[in-house]
Amino acid sequence: MERVPILKIGRTLFVSIQIELQDDTVVRLQEDLADELSATGARGVVIDITAVEIVDSFIGRMLSMIGSISRLFDAETVIVGMRPAVAITLTELGLSLNGVRTALNAEKGLELLNGKA
Amino acid sequence: MADYLRDHHDKIVGRWSELVLAQVRGRTSLDEVRRELADLYSLIVRVLSDADDHAAGELRAALDELSRSRARDGYTPRETAIGMLALKEAVYEFVADTAELVPEFLVLSRMIDDLGLRTFEAYSAAREQIISDQSTSMLELSTPVVRLWEGIIAVPLVGTLDSARAQLVMEKLLDELVATSADHAVIDITGVPTVDTEVAQHLLKTAAAVRLLGAECTISGIRPQVAQTIVSLGIEFGDIATKANLADALALALRQAGMKVVPVA
Repeated sequence: MERVPILKIGRTLFVSIQIELQDDTVVRLQEDLADELSATGARGVVIDITAVEIVDSFIGRMLSMIGSISRLFDAETVIVGMRPAVAITLTELGLSLNGVRTALNAEKGLELLNGKA
Repeated sequence: MADYLRDHHDKIVGRWSELVLAQVRGRTSLDEVRRELADLYSLIVRVLSDADDHAAGELRAALDELSRSRARDGYTPRETAIGMLALKEAVYEFVADTAELVPEFLVLSRMIDDLGLRTFEAYSAAREQIISDQSTSMLELSTPVVRLWEGIIAVPLVGTLDSARAQLVMEKLLDELVATSADHAVIDITGVPTVDTEVAQHLLKTAAAVRLLGAECTISGIRPQVAQTIVSLGIEFGDIATKANLADALALALRQAGMKVVPVA
């Protein structure tokens, strides 16, 4: 099973998903992120999904859950670089990614977190 | 029959043209009708005389072409079909005296009916084509995404918003957001005549998708009647900002971007 690396930049965790997401990859990512958040006390999580072309309802829900988990560690989650097609799919599925913020690209996502801090 | 038709070519075509012209008076000249019908007539004669195998195909092609051009020129279906069916009457007037030709006339009559139906098919196919071409070009025309300011884009919607258009608007708007990395989108519905639950649903979906990309979405151009309809239908726009006009929406977007417009000193 492929693992998504988690990078720590300052007080932010940066996750760039470069592979097609499978259900177990996302579950693993959620576990890893929880461990990392608790270990580092990071205040923000940026998840870059520029390379992700396909999402389903499960992955959409998992992204929401990652947001809720981060909040428990007092960290804000920003999903960045969503493709238009992915956004359309998610709205058609009726998912609005509650508990997660979104930004157009990684730069804006980081700005959003820093503006908060 | 074929020989008879060939021998009386001029007379029958003449009478046929007159009958057709009586129906479509004013749109075309006798000479033109005559020329068109003479072509068809010789093809029909060739088909009837079984002289060659290509005649039937050529006749069908000629007929289709004629019907298509009638459809494009705005003839009614009746005027188009009569062009073919009038041949029956024209021939009958000549054949009526000659008893031995009557059985053969029945065969010709059936053939003309078939051809008449074919004109109608070709006619409606051409009409369908025109309609679909027009709606395609309307779709292309009607969804420009304009840049209002650095980082602020807008889609002025004009006309009824159906599912196909809403989809196209959403795709274009999202693509443009990503391409320009704008963080504010304004959907202006001044030109949308009515907002019903379906249109509202499309607007809400578009706004939700814009938010997923990480941009803000404002809906502007809500006219008084539209506001009343929205409220009486019980449509909730939730926390999506709505403004009366595009200027207010632009002002809001500028404020959110941390800018303000001041008079020159």
